[in-house]
Amino acid sequence: MSDTGIGASVRRREDVRFITGSGRYTDDINQPGQTYAVFLRSPHARAKISAVDSSAALAVNGVHAVLTGQDMAADGLGDLPCGWLVKQKDGSDMVSAPHPPLAHTVANYVGEPYGIVIAETLAAAREAAELVMTEFDELEPIVDLTGARGADQIHEGVSGNLAYDWELGEKAATEAALAGAAHVTRIDLTNNRLIPNAMEPRAALGVYESATGEHTLYTTSQNPHLERLILSAFVQVAPEHKLRVVAPDVGGGFGSKIFVYAEETAVIWAARKVGRPVKWTADRSESFLADAHGRDHVTHAELGLDADGRFVALKVQTTANLGAYLSTFGSSVPTYLYGTLLAGQYATPNIYVEVAGVYTNTAPVDAYRGAGRPEATYVVERIVETAARELGRDPAELRRLNMIRPDQFPYETPVALVYDTGDYEASLDRALEHVDYAGFPARRAASEAAGRKRGIGFACYIEACGLAPSQLAIQLGAGVGLYESGEIRVNPTGNVTVFTGSHSHGQGHETTFAQVVSDKFGIPFEDVEIVHGDTGRVEFGLGTYGSRSLAVGGSALVSAADKLIAKGRKIAAHMLEADVDAVEFSDGQFLVRDSNQALSFGEVAFAAYVPTNYPTDLEPGFSEKAFYDPENFTYPAGTHIAEVEVDPATGVVTLVNFVAVDDFGHVINPMIVDGQVHGGVAQGAGQALLEHGIYDDFGQLVTGSYMDYCMPRADDVPDFLVDTTVTPCTHNPLGVKGCGEAGAIGSPAAIMNAVTDAVGDNGLSMPATPEKVWRALHG
Amino acid sequence: MEQTGEYRIRAGLEDVWAGLNDPDVLARCIDGCQSMEKVGDDRFETAVKAKIGPVSATFQAELQLTDVVAPTAYTINANVKGGAAGFGKGTAEVALAEDAEAPGATLLRYQVKGNVGGKLAQVGSRLIDGAARKMADDFFAAFGEVVSGEAPEATVVEAGETSRYETGGQWAIWLAVFAALLLAMIFAW
Repeated sequence: MSDTGIGASVRRREDVRFITGSGRYTDDINQPGQTYAVFLRSPHARAKISAVDSSAALAVNGVHAVLTGQDMAADGLGDLPCGWLVKQKDGSDMVSAPHPPLAHTVANYVGEPYGIVIAETLAAAREAAELVMTEFDELEPIVDLTGARGADQIHEGVSGNLAYDWELGEKAATEAALAGAAHVTRIDLTNNRLIPNAMEPRAALGVYESATGEHTLYTTSQNPHLERLILSAFVQVAPEHKLRVVAPDVGGGFGSKIFVYAEETAVIWAARKVGRPVKWTADRSESFLADAHGRDHVTHAELGLDADGRFVALKVQTTANLGAYLSTFGSSVPTYLYGTLLAGQYATPNIYVEVAGVYTNTAPVDAYRGAGRPEATYVVERIVETAARELGRDPAELRRLNMIRPDQFPYETPVALVYDTGDYEASLDRALEHVDYAGFPARRAASEAAGRKRGIGFACYIEACGLAPSQLAIQLGAGVGLYESGEIRVNPTGNVTVFTGSHSHGQGHETTFAQVVSDKFGIPFEDVEIVHGDTGRVEFGLGTYGSRSLAVGGSALVSAADKLIAKGRKIAAHMLEADVDAVEFSDGQFLVRDSNQALSFGEVAFAAYVPTNYPTDLEPGFSEKAFYDPENFTYPAGTHIAEVEVDPATGVVTLVNFVAVDDFGHVINPMIVDGQVHGGVAQGAGQALLEHGIYDDFGQLVTGSYMDYCMPRADDVPDFLVDTTVTPCTHNPLGVKGCGEAGAIGSPAAIMNAVTDAVGDNGLSMPATPEKVWRALHG
Repeated sequence: MEQTGEYRIRAGLEDVWAGLNDPDVLARCIDGCQSMEKVGDDRFETAVKAKIGPVSATFQAELQLTDVVAPTAYTINANVKGGAAGFGKGTAEVALAEDAEAPGATLLRYQVKGNVGGKLAQVGSRLIDGAARKMADDFFAAFGEVVSGEAPEATVVEAGETSRYETGGQWAIWLAVFAALLLAMIFAW
């Protein structure tokens, strides 16, 4: 292993610009003649927009336009589509309510945009926005998730506010197995609504060139090609070949920047309307209101066990809050990214899940780090822990008894997935060792002696990553294929420019992908440049989410590299007057087998561009592209163990120890992987202990600032102990599985199992705030 | 949101009632009040400009009095619009009585129930409650001075939900509370 190749903890090259303030984010980009936009947003959770009077706003010096949803509709722009069609129990399509980018008749959540004010300066736009007088006719908002199905319908044609009633698995067999079980554990869970809070708020800058008809949209997107596709094919802002979407440096996404939002749609449309570049950058208050939120499930689950403690059946009923509209992937998160993971790591033979996806007058809910898989893990791992407590079994050993064994792979679950490989006990054993499980009773006694309650909790999670095999995904309702593209241009001087359709917004692709490519070609790490995030430079791509970048995007690069090496062998064979089959490529050298003849990678590249001594039947140039479509999901899995201390006097929970042992397959850069786990666990700790997006009865977001929405800080988490085990993915060339979400998937369940263990009240809900914990302890 | 309060005004019951129904008196006591009109027997409209630092907004309030029992009680129904800044609505039940402990003074009690929306709600009620109390204090300090002609005593705030203030107000209490909420919102914005 070289010190920059696969397996090396290379420092992230992008961090130099990020930590010296020289990153180039959307808001850093300025265009000549640029104007500024401020959005008009509904202050009501549900109201008819009866009149918008912009006369006073237009009189403000420097104001160019006040455009409304009516203007946008009049221009014929389409609705924002939901990209995943979920089929209901009865085979019918889900009911997708129209989602105009700017509301023009009814506003359905607080913060929903219905207009855009464009002015010479941001101050003028703000002043004008305050002078727009809008008449709303308020309607009764539907806010309560569990009551929504019986309430007045929000959208015309959506009876009972039900977007879909979905199921997966065998209902009759599961119920029969439950009826015959020796023991049934029942649990009711709420998965709290989260607000994403990427460090960089969303932003957009729209530029229109009237001379050429070209539109350029700079925006905070995790998947600029998908953004372009949706804006051209569905919203019809501009034809695809006249629309360039650039997602430059992006400061965190966590899912919230996957989606196509109203704001960037309006900005690029308005740029053409006013004939000037238009820039918008969200303030933090807008981010709270109008970024897609995450989670928000209410679930009842039942787990049946036989007399030996083997799981015989799991039945799960979930109501999922979709918010006021179906966001880009909002429909898939509580269904195919959730129900399919309910087998967890266990060989449970019967599983049935039904999910009601419900509209409410709240912000749309969509993927947030983990996207469905944290929710699934929370159900499985809370109920398994509860079963162990009810039966007086050791929670680690009850899990071990039920785990899928290594000799059972490939393993087909009752909920539509085929796990390719894994060794779950290996991670469990390693985690038990790291946490010193045997020493826990003594640590608990020591805490007790100090007047504190100590608890330990497990989560043996699994996730499906590497989204996704296109044919399968499309069969299940995806509106696009989920392959990835990669292109490698070897320059005449032998250095390399790599174009990837995945997008980095904090993950470190510029480092990891350069490690993969430099390792593959045996060239210096510094000679590889990674380009991403620009539809004008990268051919196509589906972006970054679902821990897919390396498993899918990295695999595409390996395919492209293999094509280059094959071509290089032909060039080298010609130049060295050898048979192609006798030419091998190793460590940056094209070598003729059993000889000392060799050409370096750079010499071959140069020859391809200066073809003086070159095969006549071969095209010049040294550049290849590839599309990689995975044949299965990847299945990262692991064991997370949390240990907490609770102060009975204050109810404060301290996360004192956290061990994560994950199997991500092969690891390219261990330092980056550790960092991803650290960040994910911190977010999971935020969900378990601190964060909660709350709407009041009137649909007002009362956790709309950092005053009331509590984010985790460095002093809320311990030094994590992170380790890996390795079973290489069987179906991609790198043997990698993905590591971006695991931390946020395993940790909420592990922490809540630890908190409930310490407190002795299994009914505690996330977040386990001091108040809730204190009340649980003191009645 | 709920808030209750009690104020002692050093003036007779009839004077307080009259003062609280005099738009000019009220306008003088509310910082930033641009207009105050009595548009019907029991209806008022007012505009209050709140300005802090570089941010300013004008809030339009419609106030409707119901259950009027002159000179001792009524209910104020308020609807406040602040455009992009948010809105508020609710009721305040107000009762006036001669103060048994301080002859010649009037004791005023109120109970406000309301809800706020838009940026107001987003800021958080904790901040709004505190700011509203301060605004109410300021209003009653000014009002007490105008109605009684003397400086008010120092205010005393008791622990718990109920605040006790020396000096007083009436439907304008409600207005002051709302003005406070709006100011609080702008602070946090």
